[in-house]
Amino acid sequence: MWKFVLQRSVSAVFVLFGVSVLTFLLVFFTPGDPAETILRQQMGGQTPSAEAIEQFRANQGLNDPIPVQYVDWVLSILQGDLGQSYHSDSSVTQLIVDNLWPTFELALAGMAVALLIAVPTGVISAVHKGGRLDYGSQLAALLGLSMPNFWLGYLLMLIFAINLSVLPTSGYGTIDQLVLPAITLGTGMAAIITRLLRSSMLEVLDEEYIRTARSKGLRERIVVYKHTLRNALIPVITIIGLQFGYLLNGAVIIEIVFQRPGLGRLLIDSIFARDYPIVQGLVLVIAVLFVVTNFLVDVAYRYVDPRISFEGAPK
Amino acid sequence: MTDADDTTVASTSKSTKRTRLRSLYHSRKARQFRANSLNIVGLVIVLAIIASALFAPFLTPYDPTEQNLENRLESPSLEHPMGTDQLGRDILTRLVYGAQISLRIGVIVVAISLGIGTVVGVTAGYAGGYVDEALMRFVDILLAFPGLLLALVIAGILGPSLTNIMIALAVVGWTRYARVIRGSVLSVKEQEYIKASQLMGVSRVRIILRHILPNVIGPVVVLATIDMAGVILGTAGLSFLGLGAQPPTPEWGTMISEGRNYLQDAWWVVNFPGMAIMLAVLGFNLLGDGLRDVLDPRDTDAVQNKGL
Repeated sequence: MWKFVLQRSVSAVFVLFGVSVLTFLLVFFTPGDPAETILRQQMGGQTPSAEAIEQFRANQGLNDPIPVQYVDWVLSILQGDLGQSYHSDSSVTQLIVDNLWPTFELALAGMAVALLIAVPTGVISAVHKGGRLDYGSQLAALLGLSMPNFWLGYLLMLIFAINLSVLPTSGYGTIDQLVLPAITLGTGMAAIITRLLRSSMLEVLDEEYIRTARSKGLRERIVVYKHTLRNALIPVITIIGLQFGYLLNGAVIIEIVFQRPGLGRLLIDSIFARDYPIVQGLVLVIAVLFVVTNFLVDVAYRYVDPRISFEGAPK
Repeated sequence: MTDADDTTVASTSKSTKRTRLRSLYHSRKARQFRANSLNIVGLVIVLAIIASALFAPFLTPYDPTEQNLENRLESPSLEHPMGTDQLGRDILTRLVYGAQISLRIGVIVVAISLGIGTVVGVTAGYAGGYVDEALMRFVDILLAFPGLLLALVIAGILGPSLTNIMIALAVVGWTRYARVIRGSVLSVKEQEYIKASQLMGVSRVRIILRHILPNVIGPVVVLATIDMAGVILGTAGLSFLGLGAQPPTPEWGTMISEGRNYLQDAWWVVNFPGMAIMLAVLGFNLLGDGLRDVLDPRDTDAVQNKGL
């Protein structure tokens, strides 16, 4: 177990290093001179003088050799400093912290919706394998997978906010403003989880101990919910952890559709404003979170799955 | 195939073609494919989209970009089956021309990803050792970024255009091909007949081209089909965000983005492009699933595409 954790840690650290290098280099692919862009912005559209640009470059350390800039950059990040926004007075760290909660809230609510839809659907689908209910729910899952979030969002808005007027179209702050975004995010994820849970359930239903449970006369309901679902959920839960990237991808679109604040909206706004320190900071933070989650999920899976290690088997 | 094929090659080509098609139609794999009606649905959707892209000018009397402000936001009618948009353009016409854009981008991005993925995958799998280690570590690093987010940032930095979207999606997309191809190469490499060819002094390039690549075609075709769905969804999503096609291009995602302000008065402006995207993605996903059952027992799941 510890050997596995160590191996995983080493490769995670290596990947983190690679991620930081790539993220750092992103800015060098940007068209135009960032120094000139910022100064023009600060001077209200006037073209800055060559001296002013040079002065700015020297102040920001833009004239140093690239490896030096990289090391400086990493050192300041380790102290929690992701740099300064080009266009506003806030630091990148502050902006990211400010926008963390709305996205986190959306992700949690979306996950709740996904589980509410996916667990019953997946179970029914597996129990009635090959039947009409199974066929129907698999088709529904495929539709859910194929439906772009940016359309689903507007469709829900049209039905529930405009035609039925039961929910607000957009905005942020109240619970009812969270409902439609959460359903939009949750539907796609529900489709993924349903498919996983179905195949995981089918696998467990085939196991020896389920046959034993049945043969000793347990009621089917208990066999399905207590013995099968519990075990079938283990791989599903770990894969939910791996869906973190999906959550963030989804959040970008949904925050734009429903005009909510959040990391996704911050990213898009910064891209269009060419505010690269924010873009860079966000990419780095997201990738690091992604790598760390994957690592934890990997380790947790090893720990929890009784088929891999008997020490951690749930009673 | 059958003996008949070999003997009739030189004679009338028409009947040969027919025989070949017939034997393909009755082959075990084709029958397996037809057994699941969802596979057929996928195939029909994909063929319909290809057909509407190819025959766009013959399918509709209107121009996809010409404005007609007198007819703006007309609801669906016989003249305009899907209504008109905020600039009076026929929505069905724009969707049909939009299919050209989506398919073209899909094919180009898949081809580039496949090309890079093949070179990297074959090199890593065949060379092994440090080369393999280095290349696969690089793939690991790229996969550490949530895919579409990286594409979004690359497209954003390069500037909004369809070309830059293609670059962004290809930069993100090739890694999966590299992994699948490397895996197949590794599993084939140790087989007796490859060892035998090596001993007989067959050149490396020839072994790769003649013996290794044909073995990876199955999983790659499946992956490419499902990837078409991912690229179409990605293109529409990035264009929706304003990073891809720019107005007046009849791109599906751009159409949703332009139409969203008219949601209240004209539901058709947003919903028909949405349905078009869903159908295209569904079609390629279903077709990919079907091909996998026939060509490749391992899993490359449509699930990986979801994100936008």
